[in-house]
Amino acid sequence: MILTLVDYGAGNLPSVERALRRLGAETKRATSGAGLAAADAIVLPGVGHFHALARALAQGGLGHALRAEVDRGVPLLGICLGLQAFYERSEESPDEPGLGWLAGVVKPLPTGVKLPHMGWNQLERRGPSALLAGIPEDAWFYFAHSYAALDAGQEVVAVCDHGVRFVAVIEQGRLYGVQFHPEKSSAAGAAVLQNFLELAR
Amino acid sequence: MSLARRIIPCLDTDGEWVVKGVQFRGLRRQGDPAAFAARYDREGADEIVVLDIAASRDRRPTFLETIRRVAESLSIPLTAGGGIRTLDEARAVVRAGADKLTINTAAVQRPELLTELANEFGSQAVVLAIDARRAESGWRVWVRGGDESTELDAVSWAIEGARRGAGEILLTSIDRDGTLSGFDVELTAAVSGAVGVPVIASGGAETPEHFLAVFQQGLADAALAASIFHENRVPITTLKRFLAARGVPVRMDQVARTADTC
Repeated sequence: MILTLVDYGAGNLPSVERALRRLGAETKRATSGAGLAAADAIVLPGVGHFHALARALAQGGLGHALRAEVDRGVPLLGICLGLQAFYERSEESPDEPGLGWLAGVVKPLPTGVKLPHMGWNQLERRGPSALLAGIPEDAWFYFAHSYAALDAGQEVVAVCDHGVRFVAVIEQGRLYGVQFHPEKSSAAGAAVLQNFLELAR
Repeated sequence: MSLARRIIPCLDTDGEWVVKGVQFRGLRRQGDPAAFAARYDREGADEIVVLDIAASRDRRPTFLETIRRVAESLSIPLTAGGGIRTLDEARAVVRAGADKLTINTAAVQRPELLTELANEFGSQAVVLAIDARRAESGWRVWVRGGDESTELDAVSWAIEGARRGAGEILLTSIDRDGTLSGFDVELTAAVSGAVGVPVIASGGAETPEHFLAVFQQGLADAALAASIFHENRVPITTLKRFLAARGVPVRMDQVARTADTC
């Protein structure tokens, strides 16, 4: 099984790669839509500014290629900014649209709390979750972000709180997303990645 | 459900080895950074900081290799810094495996660097390191590893640094560093209360009570220490249990697992 990571220059790609390899997964990098062919599972990493990812997805039909793979039944995991890209747009970069696969807009977390939301936080489960299966309810995950999706649709299986409730984990068909960084979240994060690998088998 | 206060072991290195110095002086080798980092990861540290305190030009490739070795097995975030002056040097550190960068002297010399780094890596990856020493009133910023004083007031500089793009402040009290007399709670509270970004308190930690004080009265979002962890005088598991019992939110799942296997 080959796990393909979308490589558009995201800072956390090597970390995600290392974390997946520690679990025994074989990984490769794809810099374009063509590179996604024959992927058994895809990870869209991301950290930093929304516009870098939005531009990369618009270029060379990368966004369309990702959609085609998901429709073909290939599981896709968006991490942090990768999850945010699934929404219609982000107020961090209002002129560049997101993929629009999920209804809603990514918004800044409120002032009055320290930002970025940086560090370890817990989740509140909203429903059954394949990604969180077998992981204790009170497990901690590492976050590093100032924006998040606040709209809670049916796809939201867990939320987190930092000045406001925000979307922490989504699952919709073969589309999966986490706002935290599983590659930096110790044993709990490794369990999330392991669950995602199981989904691809 | 609330954000945990972080416990961060710091690995001061000469580029290759963990070293120990008192008030930034008198270095002596303590061990392999990768081995220390792996131990702290197992013991429930929330993050690791690795610094090149020698920061000499020709030793740079050695430090990058050290970052690579530390990052390889780490399952928690890694911050690296020491002597980063340019965007290119920052890129090399990130490519080697650091999730965040600390910038100190170079930001004082050219504050625009903070904005350039934030634009490239995101604010969450840019940590402004401030070395502060008590002055007649307030605290003065010192640079070049605590050797050279500046005209900057530490609180004002923290505010400006955050405005320019730093996503976190690593605040070291030079007065307390290596003295084992506790964090400078007053300094930490002054900075943490003035900025909207998280503040990591550093310098002077010796007992669990010191950590409790800097979280409760110092309003610190994280606390960093070196020798008490390196020498295991205060194990991270013990420290976290102490803090949790006194109402400080800390990440405990990893701690619990470690305890089970002991």
